Amino acid sequence: MRAALPLVIPTILIGASFGVSASTVGWGVLAPVVMSAIVFSGAAQFATLSVLGGGGSVVAAIVAATLVASRFLAIGVAIGPSMRGGRLRRSIEGQAVVDASLALGKVGEARYGPRRLIGSTAPQYAGWMLGTVGGVLLGDAIADPEAFGLDALFPAFFLVLVVGELNDRAARVTAAAGGLIALALIPLTPPGIPVICACAGVLAGRLVARS
Amino acid sequence: MTDVWIAIGVLTVVCFTIKAVGPVALGGRDLPRAAERLIILLPAALLSALVVVQTFASGRELVLDARAAGVAAALVAVALRASVLVVLLVAALTAAALRAVT
Repeated sequence: MRAALPLVIPTILIGASFGVSASTVGWGVLAPVVMSAIVFSGAAQFATLSVLGGGGSVVAAIVAATLVASRFLAIGVAIGPSMRGGRLRRSIEGQAVVDASLALGKVGEARYGPRRLIGSTAPQYAGWMLGTVGGVLLGDAIADPEAFGLDALFPAFFLVLVVGELNDRAARVTAAAGGLIALALIPLTPPGIPVICACAGVLAGRLVARS
Repeated sequence: MTDVWIAIGVLTVVCFTIKAVGPVALGGRDLPRAAERLIILLPAALLSALVVVQTFASGRELVLDARAAGVAAALVAVALRASVLVVLLVAALTAAALRAVT
């Protein structure tokens, strides 16, 4: 849980910026709060907001949000084998998975602990809700998060997490390949696709590990 | 406004399902060694891609803005073995300072 704490303040602030943006485009108070509570995916929520807020159709919004959430399929594959109990329990505990869980939920090589997952995600959930509620209530009284460089916090946090993964040559090659695939695909594909395609970087990692 | 509620309803189901697939399909199983070797590498690929996307992407455009400067400064802090909190502060302050002067 402690490892996740540095991210609570940025989570609150980004949640607030979601709340402010949602109320600015006329979502009212209830919808943004309900969305944060039950969808609980910043990337999917901002994707929905930007499509609907920009006058796009509800189908386009759902497709865009589904694409950016698709990376949880891959994260679920990494974490899935560590889950225990019945199907219902596994599917519910799987909801505690967020991006940072890939590193923070680990208890050993390729092993994840459900309690660690839930413990590291709980503060994020609380922060996300607090931020959203604050954002819709305070509205424009909250300053622009970008002015404080808050949009640099998440990539910097993931940087810390990825550096912690680079224990051997295979992991370093994988990270380089994944990053390059994502970079190449950003201008070519809709948001969400670059991250899910970056999973193919593991093949490059395996190749060097075998040679 | 109906559209917003439809999107919320559908995405709740979609996101629940996406997150449940891995744990439900693979939970409690011992995967073949070959598959496990690939899965061990998944976090490196995904986290690295998230760094790249959140630093350089603005929708479908590649941009070089204050975020990149913040992440570059964070990389220096990581190399100097700073704590997570310090790394995050360095990233935010660098990006904020750059925005303040430009």
